[in-house]
Amino acid sequence: MIELSDVRKVFNVGRPNEFVAVRGISLSIEAGKATFLTGPSGSGKTTLLALIGCMARPTSGRIWLQGRETTSLPERFLTDLRRRTFGFIFQQLNLIRGLSSLENAMLPAYPTGEARRSIRKRAVELFEMFGLTPKIHARAEWLSGGEAQRLTIVRALMNDPSVIIADEPTAHLDTALTLDFLDVLGRLKREGRTILVAGHDPLVSESPVVDRVVSLRDGMIEGGGG
Amino acid sequence: MSRWIERQRNILDLTLSSLLRRKRKNSALFAAYTLVVFLLASVMFMSQALKREAAAILAGSPEMIVQKISAGRHDLIAADAAARLGELPGVQEARPRLWGYYYDPVTGANFTLVSSGEAGLAPGRIAVGEGVSRMRLASVGDSIEFKAHDGSLLELEVGEILSRGSALVSSDLVLVTEADFRRLFGTPAGLATDIVLRVRNARELPTIALKAAEIFPETRQVLRDDLLRTYQAVFDWRGGLLVIILGGGLLAFVIFAWDKATGLSAEARREIGILKAVGWETSDVILMKSWEGMAVSLTAFLGGVLLAYAHVFLTSGILFEPVLKGWAVLYPSFRLVPFIDFSQLASLFLLTVLPYTVATVIPTWRAATVDPDQVMR
Repeated sequence: MIELSDVRKVFNVGRPNEFVAVRGISLSIEAGKATFLTGPSGSGKTTLLALIGCMARPTSGRIWLQGRETTSLPERFLTDLRRRTFGFIFQQLNLIRGLSSLENAMLPAYPTGEARRSIRKRAVELFEMFGLTPKIHARAEWLSGGEAQRLTIVRALMNDPSVIIADEPTAHLDTALTLDFLDVLGRLKREGRTILVAGHDPLVSESPVVDRVVSLRDGMIEGGGG
Repeated sequence: MSRWIERQRNILDLTLSSLLRRKRKNSALFAAYTLVVFLLASVMFMSQALKREAAAILAGSPEMIVQKISAGRHDLIAADAAARLGELPGVQEARPRLWGYYYDPVTGANFTLVSSGEAGLAPGRIAVGEGVSRMRLASVGDSIEFKAHDGSLLELEVGEILSRGSALVSSDLVLVTEADFRRLFGTPAGLATDIVLRVRNARELPTIALKAAEIFPETRQVLRDDLLRTYQAVFDWRGGLLVIILGGGLLAFVIFAWDKATGLSAEARREIGILKAVGWETSDVILMKSWEGMAVSLTAFLGGVLLAYAHVFLTSGILFEPVLKGWAVLYPSFRLVPFIDFSQLASLFLLTVLPYTVATVIPTWRAATVDPDQVMR
């Protein structure tokens, strides 16, 4: 369960270019369900995902993750929590060019101090699960759009997170690939993971995989909140 | 502890993969870096080894030389002065020495001629240094013609080639008997070039030098330590000269390395952002970049030092020979005895590896302190 209470996020505080991205949002996200955050560009979807995923701190308000308050945690603990709890799928994919698919996938596990052999074994299993085994040694930039998307899912799952956060994951995918992606989300949900997706793709918002749609506008909840 | 080691291993593995991605650029940097270390270490090894060589040779030379000075110039001294100097307390032995320079019109070189004294040469025979033998194509049993002071020719037979161990200063040496020396240069009997003293206790040298100056006010006393200091200063000067010559190249490298190390490309910044977003801490990113800096600079340092060692001690410093050697008038060909001064090596390490690693880490630290959510925007 993730709880947000009156969360605000202001960028460039006190400067002429000050910008309020999130304006006092309170929200409960149920564990094991898929929640879809929708809204126009600039509505605060990405910022809200970053705040929930411990990538940024709110300017005010509080966030609880499984009953534990995360907003006041020191940087080191916050990073550790983020690494263990969240798996991220970015809109821009954010794969490192020149590195093999396998190395890209293993990146989140490197700083944990887990033995390389065991990290590799888990990565190979995930590659097999997502049909990427033939591409295991291919460089990230050689993959097709769909393969690269699946690789980011593999990377997101490397540390076996309980929450998957995806920011506009289908923005660059055609219908067939979007349906494939929804299929993967369904599988992850059935495994008991909490899914948080932001975007404006009706294929996703209307999919039976999604349990709840929260609509945002101008940094506030317009519908589906609570 | 094992988790800590695994973390280092994982990050080091990624660093090496990361370095291999830009093979051409990193190879160029590595080659330039190795070359700089090689040049500096070569100069260092060579001047150190030459200084030690000179010191080793001087160790067997007399502790003090007494020379007569006339109108500010070195003049011949009465040979019987040796007897009076030998009576000074603390002096073990005092003997007159005959030596001089001979210009050889055949080779255009100057030879150093020394009267053999106790060397036991037969009249008409000489012992020559390796350089003289090489330049005059003279082996044992061959004769070399010398032009005497009165224009007559003096033919002397080579009886021995001096050992290569002392080639640094003996390359241009010709040992002759006293009689042949006087005949060649016209040095009157009863006069010598200088007088050499051996003393029992080196601490007494200043006192003996003072007493010698009192008895023979027209003389100067040259101590072995003074000679050693002069040799060392000359080698330091030559080493410094070489470093200045190489200075331009070194400066170009420093600018290149500094630019490479401090300027993070947009791609590198993006990668740091990705690493932070997937769960890396700032310290993990800095650790990775430190490994990267160390991998380049440490291997270049080791490579450069090994190459310099081979260059100086296996090929006798073939590249710097004309500048750093040539202590003798003829260039000797010989091998230096391997010697490494670890404090100098440590200084070289601090001057090359440390600045590069620090220069790599600081911009990384700046880039890595950004919020990880930046890659989402």
